[in-house]
Amino acid sequence: MNTAQANTVLLTADGTPLKVSLARAQRRSKIIAFSMVAPLLIFITIAFLVPITDMLLLSGNNEIVQRILPKTVEVLQSWDETSGELPDEIVFAAMVDDIKKAKAAREHTKIGQRLNYESSGFSSLFRKAGRKVKKIKKPPYKEALIKSDKRWGKIETWQVVKQFSGQFTDGYYLAAIDFKRNPSTGNIDSLPSKDSIYLKLFLRTMLLSTLITFLTFIIGFPISYLLATIPTRISNTLIIFVLLPFWTSLLVRTTSWIALLQQEGVINDFLILVGLIGEDGRLAMIHNATGTVVAMTHILLPFMILPMFSVMKTIPPSFMRAAISLGAHPWRAFWRIYFPNTVAGIGAGSILVFIIAIGYYITPALVGGSSGTFISNRIAYHISQSLNWGLGSALGVILLGIVLAFFVLYDRIVGIDNMKLG
Amino acid sequence: MSSLPSYLSLPERIWHYVFLGICAAILFFLIFPLLVIAPLSFNAVPFFTFTKEMLAFDPAGFSLKWYEEFFTSLNWQGAVRNSIIIAFFATIISTSLGTLAALGLSRPHMPYRTLLMSLLISPMIVPLIISAAGMFFFYSRIGLQGTHLGVILAHAVLGTPFVVITVTATLTGFDNNLIRASQSLGATPTTTFFKVIVPLITPGVISGALFAFVTSFDEVVVVLFVGSYKQRTIPWQMFSGIREQISPTILSAATLLILITIALLTTLELLRRRTERIRGVTPS
Amino acid sequence: MKNFMRAMMAGAVMAVIGFAGQAMATELVVVSWGGAYTASQQGAYHAPYMKKNPGIKIINDDSAGTAVAKLRAMAQAGNVTWDLIDVVAADAMRLCDEGLVEVINHDSDLAAAPDGTPASKDFGDLIVSECFVPQIVYSTTFGYRTDKVSKPMTSICDVFDTNTFPGKRSLQKSPLGNMEWALICDGVAPAKIYDVLGTSAGADRALAKLDSIKSDVVWWTAGAQTPQLLADGEVVVGSTYNGRLFSLIAEEKQPVAMLWDWQVFDLDGWVVPKGTKNKAEVMKFLKFATDTQRLADQSKFISYGPARASSAPLVGKHGKLGIDMAPHMPTDPNNAKTTILTNYEFWADNKDDLDAKFNAWLLK
Repeated sequence: MNTAQANTVLLTADGTPLKVSLARAQRRSKIIAFSMVAPLLIFITIAFLVPITDMLLLSGNNEIVQRILPKTVEVLQSWDETSGELPDEIVFAAMVDDIKKAKAAREHTKIGQRLNYESSGFSSLFRKAGRKVKKIKKPPYKEALIKSDKRWGKIETWQVVKQFSGQFTDGYYLAAIDFKRNPSTGNIDSLPSKDSIYLKLFLRTMLLSTLITFLTFIIGFPISYLLATIPTRISNTLIIFVLLPFWTSLLVRTTSWIALLQQEGVINDFLILVGLIGEDGRLAMIHNATGTVVAMTHILLPFMILPMFSVMKTIPPSFMRAAISLGAHPWRAFWRIYFPNTVAGIGAGSILVFIIAIGYYITPALVGGSSGTFISNRIAYHISQSLNWGLGSALGVILLGIVLAFFVLYDRIVGIDNMKLG
Repeated sequence: MSSLPSYLSLPERIWHYVFLGICAAILFFLIFPLLVIAPLSFNAVPFFTFTKEMLAFDPAGFSLKWYEEFFTSLNWQGAVRNSIIIAFFATIISTSLGTLAALGLSRPHMPYRTLLMSLLISPMIVPLIISAAGMFFFYSRIGLQGTHLGVILAHAVLGTPFVVITVTATLTGFDNNLIRASQSLGATPTTTFFKVIVPLITPGVISGALFAFVTSFDEVVVVLFVGSYKQRTIPWQMFSGIREQISPTILSAATLLILITIALLTTLELLRRRTERIRGVTPS
Repeated sequence: MKNFMRAMMAGAVMAVIGFAGQAMATELVVVSWGGAYTASQQGAYHAPYMKKNPGIKIINDDSAGTAVAKLRAMAQAGNVTWDLIDVVAADAMRLCDEGLVEVINHDSDLAAAPDGTPASKDFGDLIVSECFVPQIVYSTTFGYRTDKVSKPMTSICDVFDTNTFPGKRSLQKSPLGNMEWALICDGVAPAKIYDVLGTSAGADRALAKLDSIKSDVVWWTAGAQTPQLLADGEVVVGSTYNGRLFSLIAEEKQPVAMLWDWQVFDLDGWVVPKGTKNKAEVMKFLKFATDTQRLADQSKFISYGPARASSAPLVGKHGKLGIDMAPHMPTDPNNAKTTILTNYEFWADNKDDLDAKFNAWLLK
């Protein structure tokens, strides 16, 4: 019996079956491989992925209302906001009490700021209430509060408080796609077209990014072809022309485009010198979409050239020669033989450029004027200026979603394993 | 390239020269904006325009004062120092972790390779403003905002994808038989690592490290959010104070940076030639 | 490569040592706007104070532009690394609202005027928030290229008149100021501006007026852009902070003149962040830096009006140019014939809303 088994199962030198031994070796190999990746994975997770997720949560966070107005939120639940009547005395009493406590902790204006995002006027309403509530010592609170500011006597005021009293809110996301929740009905309405911002900005960001990607392709293709087909000795020198701008500070390149493109800048002066335009015909090439497109095309060009170049380098010149010697016209040989081989590089470059372009911020801010700014500019504005961190995060999450979609596409077409940086 | 094959027809020859002309124009487009920086950094007035005096080569139109400011101001000195410290440590972290991970990823039998790779290079894919915002919120909560460590970690994160990609690229097509051969000849894993693997991946590691270094050295969005005055880097310094004054000092800083970049690129190119010589690959 | 790495390593080590060797004196980190403005504070406040107090070292952090968000983040982290912050009044109110800055007792914390008037009276109405120590009155106003217009510009409405004054104009990419000016030039009585602007129709009216020059506008986001644009000849007229225009005209000798009509007054001053590690030292410095003489001294360097009534008579000549500064102050009676004082309460309520409307309009 034993010998029979030994005949069918191959054993290694120490007597374990080969299959088991192989599996064990493979498992060990997997563990070793994984433990080599683990440190970086842990690092990236803690230092990068957690912060990004954290921001995602911020965009839906609304705990501030319940934290600062705990009693009011509780008693407001029993109020029917569609009844057409003001809440009862008990709600007013709770509000006065909550504001008193918030005032002591200097938090009453925070809640005003939060609700002001949903309905203008709450900022001053709560600031004023903070000044007045200390005088309201005894019931009826309802009358006293309305006397301090007649806005407390409006049903809409209370509808807004109730509508946005949940732990979580979709308010920031709605705002990020130009929608608004009607406080009285709870319905979601789209903003009138004249007031819509973000959808237009997203669309513009995508359109300009596509244009920039296309331009970098058109400009980058010949140069990549040249670099890939000339002797390495020369191409190694010429590639410095690509790498030097790649490694020069973004701010500096943007500044230099300002000097070049402005009305009294180098290019306009040159065009006048050669007589192409007159002194009155100076072109407006900056502080508009043109400025953004030109400067960004220049800045992103290396990201297109390097992947295309590295793919083209691997195409043997004999392919073209064979096609031509078999009678194909050089154009036809190029189009039917060479070009299809470069598609992987074009795909890599295009999606890389597109993904980077779509998230651009500094260059559009400096040269974009009003028609050349991107969605990232608004995100930065909400984070560092308006302090509406919820809306900034919501916009960020949507942008991230778009970019990830393109990244998946990239992986499908090119495969991330094939990403090369020259 | 200089001598065209004799079988080409006239239109093909013309096309060939037109093509070279187009390429020359593109190379010009790439490099010209950098050439504009240098003369403007000698401007006597604090604006980014070529003044009449400059165009007439009148010495009154030129000045070294922006360089003087760059070399004497405490803000700029601190910026240079911080840039070097932050880029240096960020590069060390991203290069060591990135190289190790790339080696792991390139081993046979690596599970979930694509998923892991996607996660590891995600800092390159996520738009900078989102990375900056996310790290700003989170780092401020755990007390890393406005610290050198915070900026170093943030920059290390941004640099790792470059290292992972370049090192992985040098390992694609790596013949695992080389390792087996080395081991069967009696080498310990450590010896194998240093004698076989290290020489092979060195070019990838160096170029990845340079990418990581330059990423940190040039990065402005994340440092504006995660950093503070004490972590001011050169780009931070270029960008701050922009409300009050856009000073041509940033152009003198830029000119010096371009010179450093050229020096780095030359080093890299010489290094690459050296590796090729060692490997016995002669440039054609 | 080895040499390169070694050089890098040596550089980094030296940098670390240099870094450690610095922290001997008490360092006060003062956040301000950079450029000429920080230079004026350095000359009027920091340098004399450091001379009197050798144990104090004042460090300028030029990041006031992002200070509000940064301070919020620092406070969350419990790691406030700033000691004194220069902010505009609206931001001071917001920081005070959020409880991120200290409440100031203006009379006991600050120096009285030379004649004994308590500080709260000397600053008067300019104390717009209990956390705020006003420093200067500045205005957002216009400068125009004298060589590119057919006749001098005298009225704010000349900015909207592209027939008489063709060419680009630069305006701030923000509803503040622009909407007020648009309404004034659309015939709204100046006293009624904020009543009109508070309504949806009023905001549309302001935007419709701005629409008439929209294609000729270059929008700026940093105060330094307009001087740059004027010097480059990119625009014929542009708004910015009056001090930036002064240095463009008086120091850089550019062919630019002031258009003071309906300048928008705003205040800039100090707030003390909660959680500063040098509270006692910074309060001493604050008392020094906001006394009557110091505020007057700042105007030697930059043309912003001192916030104390008692400083006005002491305004003298420019430190380097030797010209009289009084006529260049936004508060000078000749310049301040028509002015708008920013309505902080109104903007606190309506900034988000009008800002969204304004940006939607920009996109159209």
